Amino acid sequence: MPAVHEEEIEARDRKKLIQVGFDVEEKERVATFTLVNDREGRGTGRPRGVELLSLAEATKKYPEAVGKHLWKLVSKDKDGFTRAAAEARPSGYFIRVREGHQAVLPLQACFFIKKERFKQRVHNLILMEKNASLNIINGCATADYVTEGQHVGVTEIYLDREATLSYTMIHDWSDEVEVRPRTGILVESGATFISNYISIKRSKITQTFPTCRLRGRNATGLFNSLIYAPEKSVYDVGARVLLEGMGSRAEVISRTISGGGKIVARGELIGMRKDIHAHLECSGMLLNDRGSIQAIPVLEAHHPDVNMSHEASVGKIAEEEIQYLMSRGIPQDRAVSLIVRGFLDTKILGLPPLLEEQVEKTIAMLEDAF
Amino acid sequence: MEVEGKSILKGIDLKVEEGETVILFGPNGVGKSTLFMALMGFPKYRVKKGRILFKGKEITALAPAERAQLGIGMSFQRPPSIKGIKLRGLSEIINSGAENGDRILRYAQLLKLESHLERDINMGFSGGEVKRSEIFQLLLQNPSLSLIDEPESGVDIENISVLGQALKRLLHKQDRLNRRTNSGIIITHTGLILNYLNADRGHMLIDGCLTCSGNAREIFELIQKRGYKECQQCMKRK
Repeated sequence: MPAVHEEEIEARDRKKLIQVGFDVEEKERVATFTLVNDREGRGTGRPRGVELLSLAEATKKYPEAVGKHLWKLVSKDKDGFTRAAAEARPSGYFIRVREGHQAVLPLQACFFIKKERFKQRVHNLILMEKNASLNIINGCATADYVTEGQHVGVTEIYLDREATLSYTMIHDWSDEVEVRPRTGILVESGATFISNYISIKRSKITQTFPTCRLRGRNATGLFNSLIYAPEKSVYDVGARVLLEGMGSRAEVISRTISGGGKIVARGELIGMRKDIHAHLECSGMLLNDRGSIQAIPVLEAHHPDVNMSHEASVGKIAEEEIQYLMSRGIPQDRAVSLIVRGFLDTKILGLPPLLEEQVEKTIAMLEDAF
Repeated sequence: MEVEGKSILKGIDLKVEEGETVILFGPNGVGKSTLFMALMGFPKYRVKKGRILFKGKEITALAPAERAQLGIGMSFQRPPSIKGIKLRGLSEIINSGAENGDRILRYAQLLKLESHLERDINMGFSGGEVKRSEIFQLLLQNPSLSLIDEPESGVDIENISVLGQALKRLLHKQDRLNRRTNSGIIITHTGLILNYLNADRGHMLIDGCLTCSGNAREIFELIQKRGYKECQQCMKRK
């Protein structure tokens, strides 16, 4: 995989990448992966314990490991998008964190479209070995001068025993971009998978519904999403978690705001074994009557000794709160943006400080939305 | 003045001078808080007839934020809780115009709210903590006219004295008479706050009308002795 080229990450695109959490100087990142249209690049970091290759390279170097894991958690025939990804030349990353290695700094990846109407096809594979841990921050964006495109991303993630992976995605697509991630996660005993999905800009449609199997005993899966849907955007997002291991635990939490867009917030928790804990929380806020929010929580139990619950609420922004802030001298539009930002509370993500700061910055861009 | 088509206050004529503290008495539900809401300019509280003048300027049509910027502030009887906004965050916004950054910590100490700065506004605060937080924010705002709604209700004795100290500072009670510039209108149902703060005048609000005016303490003593019933009967006789 070639190094990240200066001409690939042009000066005019930098601002956009920084906004989705990409550190162009790679200062506080353990490693860097870039996919610009269909061209892969790698940063300068070569950490021990964290292996980063393009999927094509990994297929050559480790045919067995890749063959054993590829297309096992996401079916090629799932839908037209997975078929499209299967037919394309695979571009994407292969990440393996070696047994016992605990990476302190996050690994960053950016998926960038800078060609009009480009159809980006991605396939990522992540293998977390026993007791390994890593934070990955994925920044997904289009260049300012691109309006239309498509991003189809298949990601398969394996967590062996006691491993931890925090997987954060920050999006900033253009108005007419179609986004179709297809993700499968397998979590073994005592391992923890955390997904954070942040999108506050317009895209034509973003539709994702990862499936996570908590196969081992005491496995954990946490899915958080913070979504702001401006006018003319459609978000259909959520997660399905199968709690197969005894004592496994899952949470699916979404905070969604419609500023005129359509949101469907899904969550499906399936309790298969004894002593599992599962909680689903969908909170939605409507800023006007042009948008809609639909919360679809599903709980399914196959054992009597399960603890499963859900909360769902959808409502308008509280007038009383706006008035309260206004009486402190804060103009109405600023009061609304403060409440909206507060509602999209990054504290629920449980991120390391460095990433939380980044997500805060992204959410702060909402101030411009009003 | 009406709220959602229902007439609440009738022919209120109230003037508060610079540096003056006025107490507004009255039984529950007569429109004391409504008067504050109208003075602050909340859209649900519509002035149908008459004008509101502040420092000689008509403000009847201004939004709450504009009135606040001119120098009117309000402490709420039952303020909302706001998820995700820390008391510190709001304090910093309120204080942003001021040069002195350590006012936040100083006033938080005065009102025993240091640890509350890191909490979401009013989220899980006790009754007393809510009141202290309201007065804390007013101190930061330092408005020329403070509208203070029942500062002592739900507050224990020890904390009433804390609030009393803060209100004294807010209303320039430590200054000489001719140096006081901040004014205040205080709504009190129990009158307890008068034990900690001297007022210049008292007014009685009954059924949407201002009835008596006079020495605040005398009015309060009268209410303590005979209750609001007598005031209501007196009003009917009028």
